[in-house]
Amino acid sequence: MTPNTVEEKKHHEFLTQNADFEVRSLDAVCFNESELNHPWWYNFKYAIAGILFGIILVKAEVISWFRIQEMFRLQSFHMFGVIGSAVIVGIISVWIIKRFNIKTIYGEPIEFVTRKLNKGNIIGGLLFGFGWALTGACPGPIFAQIGTGATVAIVTLLSAIAGTWTYGRLRDKLPH
Amino acid sequence: MPEWIMKPWPWYIAGPLIGLMVPVLLIIGNKSFGISSSLRHICAACFPGRISFFKYDWKKETWNLFLVGGILIGGSIAAQLLTTSPSIQLNPKLVKELSSYGITDYTQLIPTEIFNWPSLFSLKGLVLIVTGGFLVGFGTRYAGGCTSGHSIMGLSNLQLPSLIATVCFMAGGFIVSNLLIPIIINL
Repeated sequence: MTPNTVEEKKHHEFLTQNADFEVRSLDAVCFNESELNHPWWYNFKYAIAGILFGIILVKAEVISWFRIQEMFRLQSFHMFGVIGSAVIVGIISVWIIKRFNIKTIYGEPIEFVTRKLNKGNIIGGLLFGFGWALTGACPGPIFAQIGTGATVAIVTLLSAIAGTWTYGRLRDKLPH
Repeated sequence: MPEWIMKPWPWYIAGPLIGLMVPVLLIIGNKSFGISSSLRHICAACFPGRISFFKYDWKKETWNLFLVGGILIGGSIAAQLLTTSPSIQLNPKLVKELSSYGITDYTQLIPTEIFNWPSLFSLKGLVLIVTGGFLVGFGTRYAGGCTSGHSIMGLSNLQLPSLIATVCFMAGGFIVSNLLIPIIINL
């Protein structure tokens, strides 16, 4: 992506040269790509997005341990349909954003992250797959499960936080 | 509420709506869709220790914590207000198999016979909930993302590492669900 306006150039430089950004983006998908400093309550728009996402996860039964077992046993198309159609809509959306150079509501150019392949994608991916089948939940559904009143999912969440912490602790010793 | 909202939503409604999370988050604030990083931000905020992986300005990532807080609230709204018959319709083969392990309650989305507080004092509950949760947190961070970050966002942006990670998620799940779950539930 070549920046063409002054503003875009400035933004691009921010993203490529900001050391803090570099550290945070090492492995993360979620990082703040905007250098705009908004008051904290601007974050409520993400809470609204989260509420809608949570409702969809529950209504489509994506948070169901039963549905996850069904998926992994190839006994139902439901979960494959959900993920597959989500990806198709995502691909089309990203293509449209790139093709028409669509900006954010604040007029910033939208930045995409390119990912570098590493051994973690495979080893970590398998380990997460094990956990997904055991708990019947990936990270999003854990939060939704707690919301539905399955309070024991709080333990799933705390265990997942412990797992993430342990990864951070052992990171230098693990193959990447 | 209209009948169709109260019933479980089919994949062709839910899937595209989930896919729309990608452009929505990009357009409202240049955010790449992903959930598992919230776990990292919680570590960075609460117990960073002396670990460099958790030494960053997590406050800049607060948006992600608002997102997961919203998911929790959304889950509650859906369960309290938008659901009538919670009994889940499954493939009869799965029902037959699970009943042989003593799982017969299908009134909730998760099997309450295993996922409950007292179950934490049993080996099977520990393995499913605590070990499972640990692997979700460890594995997603090691892989650099979860079903949202890799399988939805990464694939939407045609990233090969995300495709490889997604294949591994599925492979790991296939192995455990088919080979280990029958053993674990009988523990």
